[in-house]
Amino acid sequence: MERIILFIILIALGYVAGRVAEKKHYSSIREREKNLIHVPAHNLKNPSETDRQVLKSELAVGQIVVSQDYFKRFLAILRGIVGGTMISYESLVDRGRRDAVLRMKESCSDADEFINLRIQTSVIGNNGTSKNGLGSIEVLAYSTAVYYEGR
Amino acid sequence: MTNIEHVPGREIIEHYGIVTGSTVQAKHIGKDFMAALKNIVGGELKAYTELLNDARDTSIQRMLAQAEGLGADAIVNVRFATSSIASGASELYVYGTAVKLK
Repeated sequence: MERIILFIILIALGYVAGRVAEKKHYSSIREREKNLIHVPAHNLKNPSETDRQVLKSELAVGQIVVSQDYFKRFLAILRGIVGGTMISYESLVDRGRRDAVLRMKESCSDADEFINLRIQTSVIGNNGTSKNGLGSIEVLAYSTAVYYEGR
Repeated sequence: MTNIEHVPGREIIEHYGIVTGSTVQAKHIGKDFMAALKNIVGGELKAYTELLNDARDTSIQRMLAQAEGLGADAIVNVRFATSSIASGASELYVYGTAVKLK
């Protein structure tokens, strides 16, 4: 009986707090994306403005670890039974990737362009609470920041 | 350091081959406990982000030291790789090609 109560409490807590956290995270991501939209980031090998001299270039890295809430993890287990797309997990990786790219841009805030962007994701352990679902993911975004001459 | 095959606007005159740096980072029991709690509500695990950030910086420093030892002044085509080598520990590996610029 106690275990069931604990389980329900965890689900409820996960649902309420998880929703609030996700909303907050998304609004912060949108805000920052708006501020940085003028700096292009792409995965081409060369700077796009070929007529301008490159002043310098450096490596830019952004990293984040995000985890899923208890409620969504429970949903995912149910989803695993019937199959289909796991929308609850799509939002997790989406948040992670967008934030990692933003952090990368913020680490070199004066750069004019980010070229050869790479994003990689890795699972870093399921922290006890679930046996089969993924607990948290690490997203690493890196690229070359290019500074043009005569800005 | 760049992660493309050249340095924009500069010419490469010499290659020194691969330089690497790696760190194996174990989890911290206190941080682990907090992360487990955070895992209920979801969201960013700041402690882990920090941990991996530090580990990555260490790896980069090691790679830079190796490149400096070779007399290089830039590293091109830098790549990152993360692997979990044991439960609770992950390795951050970074590698690139050390070059000399004109």
